Amino acid sequence: MSVPRFWRELDTRYNLIGSYCKITKTYHYPRRSFNPEAGRESIGGMEDYQFKGTGEIVTSTVVYQAQTGYEMFGPYCMAIVKLDEGPMMTTQIVDCDPNTVKPGMKVKSVFRKLGEDSESGILHYGTKFILSEEIEIEEDNENLPDIEV
Amino acid sequence: MREVSIIGIGITKFGELWDKSLRQLGLETGLAAISDAGITSKDIDALYIGNMAAGSTLQQEHVSALMADYCGLASQNVPATRVEAASASGGLAIRQAYMAIAGGFIDIAVVGGAEKMTDVSDSESSYTVSMGSDEQWESKAGATFASLHAMMTQSHMQQYGTTREEMSAVSAKNHYHASMNPMAQFPFTISSEAVSNSGLVSSPLRMLDCAPNSDGAAAVVLCATEKAKKYGKKSIRIIGSGQASDTLSLHHRKHLNQMPAIRVAAKRAFKSCGKKANDIDLIEVHDNFTISEIIALEEIGIFRRGKAAAKILEGETKLGGKIPTNTSGGLKARGHAPGATGIAQVVEVVQQLRGEAGDRQVKDAKIGMVENHGGTAATAVIHILEGE
Repeated sequence: MSVPRFWRELDTRYNLIGSYCKITKTYHYPRRSFNPEAGRESIGGMEDYQFKGTGEIVTSTVVYQAQTGYEMFGPYCMAIVKLDEGPMMTTQIVDCDPNTVKPGMKVKSVFRKLGEDSESGILHYGTKFILSEEIEIEEDNENLPDIEV
Repeated sequence: MREVSIIGIGITKFGELWDKSLRQLGLETGLAAISDAGITSKDIDALYIGNMAAGSTLQQEHVSALMADYCGLASQNVPATRVEAASASGGLAIRQAYMAIAGGFIDIAVVGGAEKMTDVSDSESSYTVSMGSDEQWESKAGATFASLHAMMTQSHMQQYGTTREEMSAVSAKNHYHASMNPMAQFPFTISSEAVSNSGLVSSPLRMLDCAPNSDGAAAVVLCATEKAKKYGKKSIRIIGSGQASDTLSLHHRKHLNQMPAIRVAAKRAFKSCGKKANDIDLIEVHDNFTISEIIALEEIGIFRRGKAAAKILEGETKLGGKIPTNTSGGLKARGHAPGATGIAQVVEVVQQLRGEAGDRQVKDAKIGMVENHGGTAATAVIHILEGE
């Protein structure tokens, strides 16, 4: 993705900034300067809104054939998350066994690297989600390699 | 509004056509269609080209002029227009020509679709296909095109209890049909068990749930019905046409297991000819993934919502069944060359209505339907065709 194209959306991507429509009293993500449901009256009436970053899984999948740039994550979990304020978004669920993710689970946003243009290109950061409730992962400490610090 | 007929068809074999370029494919299929129609290049008023991805796969835009030129129409300065709506490009190109003829602007148009998906690596062609969804807020977030359909499948399974066995039946049935289609990319049968045991692409979708990214081309000649009698072949009338759009992103839809654009396009097409779902003798639907065939049949109203998968498993959509679906083999087994797909679907229905479909002929086929969509059905195009 080109630098200006990414730069334009920095606050939307980094801080989950979307829009609040004063006419319909609804929230929108990503940011829109126009609410399709309210029509042209909404122009000028859309306020920036920072989402709390909490929501729940609507549906999910474990991706085995990774998207370009996501090969290092595979298999990884992609989900459609419904934010507590209403809007839905497509996002990666990280820091968990992808097979444990189920509809209805609570999630919260985290700031993560999304990708890079090339080995020496710029890095893209943005929002991904983690499960809010800790899922116990059984660790086999005995088999962990000894690392000298 | 004037009536419009299809008077000629042409199609290449779909597959990995490494020895053929986009322009060769276009010429081959265009010539086949005008020969079939019994017209000459002098009769052509306009050219419409369905192509999704030449810019990203071949670094070639302006495909309309390219095709006109290499089909020998540049010296006549024939107007040529490229139509793009991801995988619905072909169906939409037909609709543009249909409207231009119905509106009285022109009499004869050639509509061609061509795509080269195998000149680039698998990962590049897969990324190109995902450009039909929202590149910024779906693809770049890590969602493959398959993963979006996988989430639709999860949602459909959760709400309606759709099973693995039912999904596999879609793919096995389409391969069975393709085994009788010499132009198919995969003209052989596969068992339902093979589909169920193929590798996971994006759970629960497996490799044999997914259509390939193919090379291929198809073309049709459209003519004002009042002038069609002049030309030799049996002409097939386009009696209904409908188009609709929806949000580009799946996550902006109210229901993740529905494709409302198909429902609306079908309603508009039915309304334009006064027909109903149970008047349809056969149908080609856009099965880029097995779930898409299931949802499309529900949206069009062939089966009630949540019931299509079970009916497919019972064999109602198989050749000889109540409503043969994807007798060409569908996108899964005939192959999926995005810009050509919507036109290849129409070619199949024309062959069926002419009674020229060989071993896969649907008995007494009078009315056929074609459903073609782009992205996760952010664009849907429906045509209803009637034989003589």
